[in-house]
Amino acid sequence: MANTYKAIATVTVGSGGAASIDFQNIASTYTDISINLSARVDAANGVAQIYFNNSTASDKLWRRLYGDGSSAVSDNSNGTSSYVRPIGINRSDQTASTFGNMSIYIPNYASSSTYKSVSVDGVNENNATFAEAAFAAGLWQSNSAITRVTIIPSSGNFVQYSTATLYGIKNS
Amino acid sequence: MTHKLIVDCSTGVTTEVELTAEEIAQREADAAAFAEIKAAEEAAAQAKADAKASAQAKLAALGLTPDEISALN
Repeated sequence: MANTYKAIATVTVGSGGAASIDFQNIASTYTDISINLSARVDAANGVAQIYFNNSTASDKLWRRLYGDGSSAVSDNSNGTSSYVRPIGINRSDQTASTFGNMSIYIPNYASSSTYKSVSVDGVNENNATFAEAAFAAGLWQSNSAITRVTIIPSSGNFVQYSTATLYGIKNS
Repeated sequence: MTHKLIVDCSTGVTTEVELTAEEIAQREADAAAFAEIKAAEEAAAQAKADAKASAQAKLAALGLTPDEISALN
């Protein structure tokens, strides 16, 4: 990893699971931020949903492209949403004890004059039937600097040993 | 009890906080809404697949070969 990356904080989910992972008070001193997530949820319908600054306003847009070995799909938020929804965490109906990977990248997150874009690539796998590889693009239609990023499963909880690391990235 | 993990990036301290009753209710409502959307998406995908199979069967009944039907996709 480039030496312009700095690990700001890492969290590992404990034995009780976690309903969300919430990075708060993110300093504005970096050019970009990134979150690497290794996670599994205890629900069959669980996918990650990303919120910014605790905002539940319907001012986010997202689109996903993904393939699972037998089909390729594109879908989107069908208008505005309160979150960005990528793919990349393993669900309870997939291979046991296996965690999906997701890399969330948010450039220019501290700007107070531009909307915030986010790109996410992620994979999860299920030996029995398929593996999903996905890319998602999202946009928060707000000029607010991002100081908080919260990742919440759409259903269920993150299971023990799920981890997330927030990186700050400088361009020099 | 379900907890959320809060990471204070200014201190590096992680705190486990129990969800409030309102947060639990909101989670349950969100999960139900998501399940509804997921079911609708799956139904739409199945309807599309069924329509495609039906169209292919009708084309075959008209005498088109499998290669000719495939060429239309």
